[in-house]
Amino acid sequence: MKTNRFLPFMLVIIVMSLLLVAAPPATAQDEVVITYLSILQDDVGFNRVIGELSAQCLTDMPNVRYEREGINLDALGQRIDQLALNNNLPTLFSADSGPQLIELIDNGYVLNVEELFTELGIYDSLNPAAAAIAAAGVQGRGLYALPLELNIEGFWYNKQMFADHDLDVPTTWDEMLAAAAVFHENGIQAFALAGREKWPITRYLAAYANRVYGADAMVRVRDGELMLTDPGFIEAAQELKDMAESGYFGVSPTTLDYGTALDLFNQGRAAMYYMGSWELRSFNDPAQALIGTENIGYFNVPLVEGGEGTLEDFSINVGTTTIISSAGYNETVGEWIRCVFSQYGDHAMNTLGMITGFNVNNPSDDLPQLTQIVLENLDTANNAFLWWEAYFNPRASVVAGDNAQLLISDPGYTAEQYMTDLQAALDEGV
Amino acid sequence: MQKILSDRKAILLFVGPALLIYVVIVLIPVVWSVVYSFQEGTLLSGFRFVGLNNFGKLWGDRDFINSLVFGLRYAVFVSTGQIAIGFLLALVYTFYLKKASALVRTILFFPVVLPTVAVAQMFTKLFEITPQYGLVNALLDAAHLNAWIQPWLGQSSTAFVVIVIMDIWRAIGFYGIILYSGLLDIPDEIIEAARLDGAQQWKLVRYIVTPLLRPVLVTAIIFSLNGTLKVFESVLALTGGGPGNTTMPLTLYMYKTAFTVNQYGYGSTIAIFLTLECLLVTLFFYRFARRDIA
Repeated sequence: MKTNRFLPFMLVIIVMSLLLVAAPPATAQDEVVITYLSILQDDVGFNRVIGELSAQCLTDMPNVRYEREGINLDALGQRIDQLALNNNLPTLFSADSGPQLIELIDNGYVLNVEELFTELGIYDSLNPAAAAIAAAGVQGRGLYALPLELNIEGFWYNKQMFADHDLDVPTTWDEMLAAAAVFHENGIQAFALAGREKWPITRYLAAYANRVYGADAMVRVRDGELMLTDPGFIEAAQELKDMAESGYFGVSPTTLDYGTALDLFNQGRAAMYYMGSWELRSFNDPAQALIGTENIGYFNVPLVEGGEGTLEDFSINVGTTTIISSAGYNETVGEWIRCVFSQYGDHAMNTLGMITGFNVNNPSDDLPQLTQIVLENLDTANNAFLWWEAYFNPRASVVAGDNAQLLISDPGYTAEQYMTDLQAALDEGV
Repeated sequence: MQKILSDRKAILLFVGPALLIYVVIVLIPVVWSVVYSFQEGTLLSGFRFVGLNNFGKLWGDRDFINSLVFGLRYAVFVSTGQIAIGFLLALVYTFYLKKASALVRTILFFPVVLPTVAVAQMFTKLFEITPQYGLVNALLDAAHLNAWIQPWLGQSSTAFVVIVIMDIWRAIGFYGIILYSGLLDIPDEIIEAARLDGAQQWKLVRYIVTPLLRPVLVTAIIFSLNGTLKVFESVLALTGGGPGNTTMPLTLYMYKTAFTVNQYGYGSTIAIFLTLECLLVTLFFYRFARRDIA
């Protein structure tokens, strides 16, 4: 008998527990929650700009709450898939600009930024060149990514170190290697490289290959006009391997993470650092750039002898792809978007010295020196190219990063093998 | 007791909740994985049936073979280390430290309760070479053994050694306790009688202790092999499977295939293979144990 009374009691407990776990968190009546799922974990860069502008805008929108959630890049794809399937995508979210974004677009999960901004009357706030770059990753489907940044990539260098060793700013690859050799002979690490993250390694391949074949090199690879096993690409991999074996990246660069590599440069322990201008947030900060902001210089990827690339070709991108979901959109969200993004360019530039794909209507007279240098370089840009993996399928992207680590750490793994393996992954078409 | 166990409602009450959770959390996803392994596609665009294509693809996939070989090599080294050192510890607890072993047991068990990521961070720092030497390289430097200073985690051969050392260190306290509890079950009279018959040290361990401990030993081996064949978080936190994919076990390869490359079907196929691999190893040792008991 005791068992008979106990059984329903247990069932009630189990059902209540399940209900408690499954129940959504309580929100105030009519409250609109705007969520941003961002791969930038800290309150810096575009996270900070959106957060600050949101706080300003929400003073007139009492029933709206803004929340930001951080997510690791490795977990992003899976999370987006799950949220999309449950029709629960956050209002704004980071996404890879590859096949997953195309699937999201084709299945109606995300909003076309051009159409939305036109409807909201703020399309003029976008820089057309940045909008074109932001639209490049989705094979002609239109503008779906917000150009929260407008970055150029290239080599940042320690001016004092160059002066101390009577070195000029390199304009050719050979001059850059000669400078690296001088630093190496004098016990200075030539380049800081975050090899643990993998993508900073492949940036060198893109840089060299685009100087050999011109700014459309990777587009021609995508379209099958060039093969990664062509001599220029193998030469790029061999250059990278030789640089690693010469010790220009220091000992064991594959174990160095992003923050440590950045610190090496900022603290004057490496002479050069290939990176995007999103790191202006660090270079412009005297607390981080211990070598002094005025001591940091920039040069574009040097030319390769006999190559088709020019110094007017820059690696340009619009930063982390950020998307607006259709599920999270309503009239109130539209008001919030209008308020935040109509001021985005000005606020980013004038408070953080950050260059974005949004127009700056009221520029400050007191821009940081490095921001001015980047703006001047952007003005000289005639052609833009994207990063190494930009047009790769997911399998090829993984192979590109994994094997790049092998290329610079395993003496038995050749440049030919790297490009052969990568071309095979591309040919898989997954 | 007999009455309660013959009552169907009582059985349902005891087994029901656990069975329900097991079915929902384990069985359904396993069946789902089997279904996915015959399909290809993505969550957003849908799946299509591809028959046995994914299983056929396994044998031509060099990364899969490398991960399989790495995983087996890792399992052999780590399980051997965990059981052998755990066994030695159990002997030390029982025959040397005796009642004073409580403190040592607690200290050696401590790594078991530490988060894997924290342990991996500690080993990363221990074996660091850049931007400054970790403890190991600093000691080698101090001892003027400069030829031995190396990027332990930056080359596949030494990264493997570091992973093996870390995972043996993490688990020996656990296996020491398991085997120690087995040793406690051996009656003192038997040990005493063996000693009177002239069995000392090695002979005592070889001919008396080990045979009597065999059921617990087999259980510990099965535990260990199932843990090492499915190693994931320690490798992910220590090397991320690198450099390249030279320290990538099947679990990590499966994870990357399914969730980074978005090949859910092929990823499920690797998961099914891994399940079968663990099942075969477990069955082999069960068979071995039962034959021994018979």
